[in-house]
Amino acid sequence: MALETRIYQKKRTIKFGALLKASLSDMYHSRFLARQLAERDIKAQYRQSYLGIVWAFIMPLATAIVWIVLNSSGTIALSDTGIPYPVYAFSGTLIWSIVVAAINSPLQSTNAARGILTKINFPKEALLVSGVYKLLFDSFIKIILLVLFVFIYGVGFHWSILLFPLAILGAVLFGTTLGLFVTPLGLLYKDIGKIITFGLQFLMYVTPVVYAIPKTGIMHTLMLYNPITPIVLTARDLVVGFSPEHINYFFGVILVCLPLLFLGLIIYRISIPIIVERLSA
Amino acid sequence: MSQNKPIKSDNEVLVKVEGLSKKFCKDLKTSLWYGIKDLISGVRGSNEVSELRSKEFWAVKDINFELRRGECLGLIGHNGAGKSTLLKILNGLINPDIGKVTIKGRVGALIELGAGFNPILSGRENIYNNGAILGFTRKEIDGKLDEIISFAELEEFIDMPVQHYSSGMKVRLGFAVAAQMEPDVLIIDEVLAVGDLGFILKCFKTIDTILPRTAVIFVSHNMPMISRICSTVILMESGKPVFIGENVSKGIDLYYNTFLTGEDSDVVFTDNSLNFINASVDGVISENNIYNVKWGESIELNLNLKNISLTKKPFISLVIYDKEQRAVAEIYPESQELIDIQKNTDINFSFNIKNIYLSKGVYNITLNASEKPSFNFYYKIHKAITLRVEHDKQMWTSFLLDSEAINS
Repeated sequence: MALETRIYQKKRTIKFGALLKASLSDMYHSRFLARQLAERDIKAQYRQSYLGIVWAFIMPLATAIVWIVLNSSGTIALSDTGIPYPVYAFSGTLIWSIVVAAINSPLQSTNAARGILTKINFPKEALLVSGVYKLLFDSFIKIILLVLFVFIYGVGFHWSILLFPLAILGAVLFGTTLGLFVTPLGLLYKDIGKIITFGLQFLMYVTPVVYAIPKTGIMHTLMLYNPITPIVLTARDLVVGFSPEHINYFFGVILVCLPLLFLGLIIYRISIPIIVERLSA
Repeated sequence: MSQNKPIKSDNEVLVKVEGLSKKFCKDLKTSLWYGIKDLISGVRGSNEVSELRSKEFWAVKDINFELRRGECLGLIGHNGAGKSTLLKILNGLINPDIGKVTIKGRVGALIELGAGFNPILSGRENIYNNGAILGFTRKEIDGKLDEIISFAELEEFIDMPVQHYSSGMKVRLGFAVAAQMEPDVLIIDEVLAVGDLGFILKCFKTIDTILPRTAVIFVSHNMPMISRICSTVILMESGKPVFIGENVSKGIDLYYNTFLTGEDSDVVFTDNSLNFINASVDGVISENNIYNVKWGESIELNLNLKNISLTKKPFISLVIYDKEQRAVAEIYPESQELIDIQKNTDINFSFNIKNIYLSKGVYNITLNASEKPSFNFYYKIHKAITLRVEHDKQMWTSFLLDSEAINS
């Protein structure tokens, strides 16, 4: 049997095709590692906690409650959303929290593995995949909760809800792609992670998370251009049984994300050795 | 590392390193900034020549070697000589700036044991975590689980959270998992230093069994270990290879010599009644304060001390330390006459030390002065004199006894 040969040297030319192939092949071959890492983190997280699963949705729930109270007490006046406001707010914050978690996931997963990145050679793509597994696990719980919520508020069952998980996959794809691009820089500079947390807080207000898109004005334009808008709206429309108005933009975003995801994977693969060199021994 | 693989006799080159260099940066902020630049040039695939930028230095410079199956390369040198950096390049964790590494076959690295352990989870669960990182499939781990647990001798505690393990237990578990690898190239950094003696012996037994069908690269500061398993050594000094060769003893000698410069005597105890002046070997001229002695030779050791407040000549005893700072022999010269002496005078001692069968190498001698043998110490000084024993054979033990065959 011929032995596998590896060559390490400074890369002079970049072959995108070969890199992508290697990246995807590593991803496939390390599926057990990815699952194992995700399982490890999930188990460890819940074993050392009494509230456990509650932490997955307490943040979006709290944000939703704040807005529900603000709205019902008349402190702020929001335009009509077409569905009971609590359903609107809670679905918004839940979907938003999934997008945010997806954006943070690649950087977080890679950062958590700093210790082994500098010592052991393993397929780094497994870290990304384990991040996606963890996202899907959390999202699954959130989805169940949201569906319960929708029924409690009497929105009723619509067949379109079966497509809702697909919209969530879209959200995960979008977030992971975006997160992948900031990961190399974020590993080098702590600022990047902080900027993302900071920036996302503001981004929420130009996304129809807790209020609908206004009819006119600068916010109208901003919110329509925001690529997260179609993700949040499409997902919510599918849950409550509206016909998804922004489905075209939604598909547009997904179509752009796919090649970008591959590009992100290639950049990630090239960057890791360069970054490991700059991390602690 | 299990024993069911046939030993391959063909001596193919498994590791080939050509003109390998790697630069590092001394300053964190600059280093991160260069990181950004390298990221950009890396993604663009630029053809930039690798020259030193400001605040950079060569951590590894111009390393060349080839390693075949069955050979073991020892990497030795001071801390910060670039050994670990070289290992990281060989392991594919970082890319070289100049040069090329070609590695054939599966690479196993014993650089960090127990990677991926989560302290909350049990030993059993962590075997899967660690195994997955080392590249095993679930099936492989299932099959090897019992062997791993028994090798680690952790049957009783395997379902306890790893955070309650002692550090030795963690290392044992980590090694037990790693020992299941069947690598063609094995990279070992100093991970085996932890753990109790029994376990270290077990580790080396395992390594011994895989040596014949593996190319091993071994980093250690433990020279006896190096001379025990290595067939070639590279001595590195500030990134550069100062010695490469199959003469392992010579490499080790050179390594020890790098520590010899500027060695001063250390007074470790004194009651201010005595002072050391000097020591010498009769008829030998010292080089850099080291006296050369031929193996098996008898020498006359002269010691001069200044007596400050004693009224009787003190009893002198000597301890010989080898280069690893292990005490290897004691000298209690017989028939010392502890006669009356004057205060504030010099006192001289001459001892005949017969047939020095110390093996080749450098030895430091510690001098003790006391009222009687092992009673009421006045003075103790390390490295009162340094001897270099000359012989053509390099030993990793401290003694080479005089012997010959009896032929009837």
